Amino acid sequence: MQVTLKIFRYNPETDKKPHYETYRVEAEPTDRVLDLLEKVKGQQDGTLTFRRSCAHGVCGSDAMRINGMNRLACKVLIQDLGTDHITVEPLLGLPTVKDLVVDMEPFFEHYRSVKPFFINNDPPPQKERLQSPEERERFDDTTKCILCAACTTSCPSFWLDDQYVGPAAIVNAHRFIFDSRDQGAEERLKILADQFGVFRCHTIFNCTLACPREIQITKAIGEVRKAIATGRLD
Amino acid sequence: MKTHQYDVVVVGAGGAGLMAALYASQRAKTAVISKLYPTRSHTGAAQGGIGAALGNMEEDHPEWHTYDTVKGSDYLGDQDAIEFMCHQAPEIVYELEHMGLPFSRTPEGLIAQRPFGGHTNNETGKPVRRACYAADRTGHMILQTLYQQGIKHGLTFFDEFQVLDLIMVNGKAAGVVALEIATGEIHIFHAKAVIFATGGWGRLWEITSNAFTLTGDGAAIVLRRGLPLQDMEFYQFHPTGIYKLGILITEGVRGEGGVLINDKGERFMDRYAPTVKDLASRDVVSRAIYIEIREGRGINGQRYVYLDVRPETVNKYAALDGRTRPDGSPYVVTAEELLAKLPDIIDFCRTYLGIDPVTEPIPVQPTAHYAMGGIPTNIKGEVLADENGTVVPGLYAAGETACVSVHGANRLGTNSLLDIVVFGKQAGIHAAEYAAGADFEPLPGDAADFARAQLDALLQSKGQERIADIAAAMKRVMMDHVGVFRTEEGMREALQTIRELKERFKHIRLDDRGKTFNTELLSAWELGNLLDLAEVTTVSALARQESRGAHSREDFPKRDDQNWLKHTLAWKPADGEVTLRYKPVVITKYQPKERVY
Ligand SMILES: Cc1cc2nc3c(=O)[nH]c(=O)nc-3n(C[C@H](O)[C@H](O)[C@H](O)COP(=O)(O)OP(=O)(O)OC[C@H]3O[C@@H](n4cnc5c(N)ncnc54)[C@H](O)[C@@H]3O)c2cc1C
Ligand code: SF4
Ligand code: FES
Repeated sequence: MQVTLKIFRYNPETDKKPHYETYRVEAEPTDRVLDLLEKVKGQQDGTLTFRRSCAHGVCGSDAMRINGMNRLACKVLIQDLGTDHITVEPLLGLPTVKDLVVDMEPFFEHYRSVKPFFINNDPPPQKERLQSPEERERFDDTTKCILCAACTTSCPSFWLDDQYVGPAAIVNAHRFIFDSRDQGAEERLKILADQFGVFRCHTIFNCTLACPREIQITKAIGEVRKAIATGRLD
Repeated sequence: MKTHQYDVVVVGAGGAGLMAALYASQRAKTAVISKLYPTRSHTGAAQGGIGAALGNMEEDHPEWHTYDTVKGSDYLGDQDAIEFMCHQAPEIVYELEHMGLPFSRTPEGLIAQRPFGGHTNNETGKPVRRACYAADRTGHMILQTLYQQGIKHGLTFFDEFQVLDLIMVNGKAAGVVALEIATGEIHIFHAKAVIFATGGWGRLWEITSNAFTLTGDGAAIVLRRGLPLQDMEFYQFHPTGIYKLGILITEGVRGEGGVLINDKGERFMDRYAPTVKDLASRDVVSRAIYIEIREGRGINGQRYVYLDVRPETVNKYAALDGRTRPDGSPYVVTAEELLAKLPDIIDFCRTYLGIDPVTEPIPVQPTAHYAMGGIPTNIKGEVLADENGTVVPGLYAAGETACVSVHGANRLGTNSLLDIVVFGKQAGIHAAEYAAGADFEPLPGDAADFARAQLDALLQSKGQERIADIAAAMKRVMMDHVGVFRTEEGMREALQTIRELKERFKHIRLDDRGKTFNTELLSAWELGNLLDLAEVTTVSALARQESRGAHSREDFPKRDDQNWLKHTLAWKPADGEVTLRYKPVVITKYQPKERVY
């Protein structure tokens, strides 16, 4: 089949402002959007710029707006879009570096701000710390995050004020707050109780819809809020 | 041009690079340079598990793990290194757990373990549960955990910086040259010690489980600097990649009871590996699939077979095999259990194939997966310059890009995640120790010239060739002739083609001549790396007139210990011919014998 791709283009070295470029490519219905971007770059226009690595939805490199929705280009098949007209644009809310590439630094800065690492100051046992399957299950969902930024850049609260830590940072805090082996919950909850923390969330659910790992983000944010409100982790 | 100075520079931020950096930074001023954001490294794609004889599920011993790895390597692995790795394994898995890695758990709260190909109870020969796992995203959890520790300990990262060259002064490593991708600016990292941890090069082949970015940069850079690469002819094809896409379906699926089925509905691994069947070593299973396909028993005569993990199939064959649970009861699975243990696999099948593996079988074919060969090192991660074990001062390598050699001619599943953390740690410790006793070599004034000349040649090339066409031709010929089965004739043809492609590569045309995020330029440079590695791989494979592990020659179908129980070392001077030399395998306890599963 023939597909028409309308792609956001911006090269800071030559363009005063962004524009759209249209390409027609031959495609299989089972092709990924990423395959088409590769085809355009390889055969029609080598200047088209985007990030990609794993090509199967596990590294988080190629989050972008595809027909208006934040998606991983490698995880969307043409047949799933239900149209042969595809518009591809960079994520919103982060500065565009070139074409579909955005500056990820502000995103990672928020991530780092919530202490996204294991804290337990007791000397470890000789073997593993014990954890029951139920305790492990408690935070399983939020261990899946691949830091693709699809959630944070779909969030109107983040668009409004980019000082808000955003859903991805909260997801990564949740992963530790509810880990029975971790002792840093209090520090993290304090950070998230801040004016740029969880209370910026207005349960709009964009993040949950955007997440390619199908993490129940809004639920996780709710659990963190409850923990702040009640001072309890259950 | 900017110049930075660090005691230790780590190139690569996958499992190996991060582990090396965590250890090096305890003693030395350390920087990590990575062309990807660390969490996008391909370690994150690893699914099934990390091998360690914890014995959490049943009796197991590091010594059994050692023997299985030696046997799996088809006796080409160095036994001192293998023994070291397998005995370090339990300790390092506990260390990961102490860093917070969320392993799946047994009802007692211990780290859960599952069976994987080639890992056995050495007394009964039956599969043993040795792969420590976190659902089917073990690599993701390792990568995330190590990166989290990097943040915790304030590691210095240069993200999206691509290393192009190694600086050598007086025969010692003195730093690297890198391109800042966002700006196109060249940076020099002056260092006392350099650790390469740049991962594999699956992108040499058409069907692969590897990321677009796995282009063997580190190996190619070292080769260009006049150092050898070891055992390049040994490249692993994983038996179960998703048909046409190559996306990996972990061996863990067979560990959970999935079986391979041909067009006649036969569980054909019965015939190839009567004892462990579908859990035979990867080389054995990949060849079996190729033979089934070649003899017309691919599904509908096509180039794939089925991997069937529907509960009714699993339970039927588990009963036939007499498989039991740890408590002795018969092994029975439900769809819910499979969903819980293999969520990502099920998601891949739904997304890319539109099928549900709990109700439909998965079409699979062998997929290019893992480089057993690479930059030769010893157990400390020190890079070796020749067949006599001469160390290159200040230069280290670890992970998939290195060849210690613990995998020999064929790697067992779960042993790479183990390798990257064990030897990443060693490289980090020893590089820092070396740096503590070394001075900075003076930087030559032309340190960046070679890197810049490579980029300029690409930018200024005025031909008409497209890099995508050259890449496609290379991948096809490697898949057809330097893949699962090889012959003299086929490989000669491949070599001819590769040399023609290298010629064509001199006449490429780039559309993008800009500085900002020029991924076209970097892809072209990476293609140059792949072409060099294709040539070295093919020349090494042509010379080896035997079949061993993943190197399977139809014209020399037998293993030949008399003549070929030795490692290949390949050199490739710029625009010169590949030259080969050999060095003996280290054999300590286990004398080579025939390999049956
Ligand atoms: C799909 C899949 C599943 C797997 N499952 C398992 C499993 O279950 N168990 C197991 O043991 N093994 C498994 N493996 C193998 C194992 O995951 C890899 O061999 C291992 O993770 C490699 O780690 P690494 O640190 O060496 O390299 P990678 O994780 O590949 O990291 C390479 C790093 O180098 C950087 N880099 C590369 N080139 C440059 C350059 N020029 N400049 C700067 N930086 C550069 C990259 O940015 C990246 O950070 C699997 C592999 C795949 C593909
Ligand atoms: S929570 Fe989901 S959408 Fe957000 S960064 Fe993580 S994986 Fe991406
Ligand atoms: S390329 Fe890795 S998530 Fe799409």
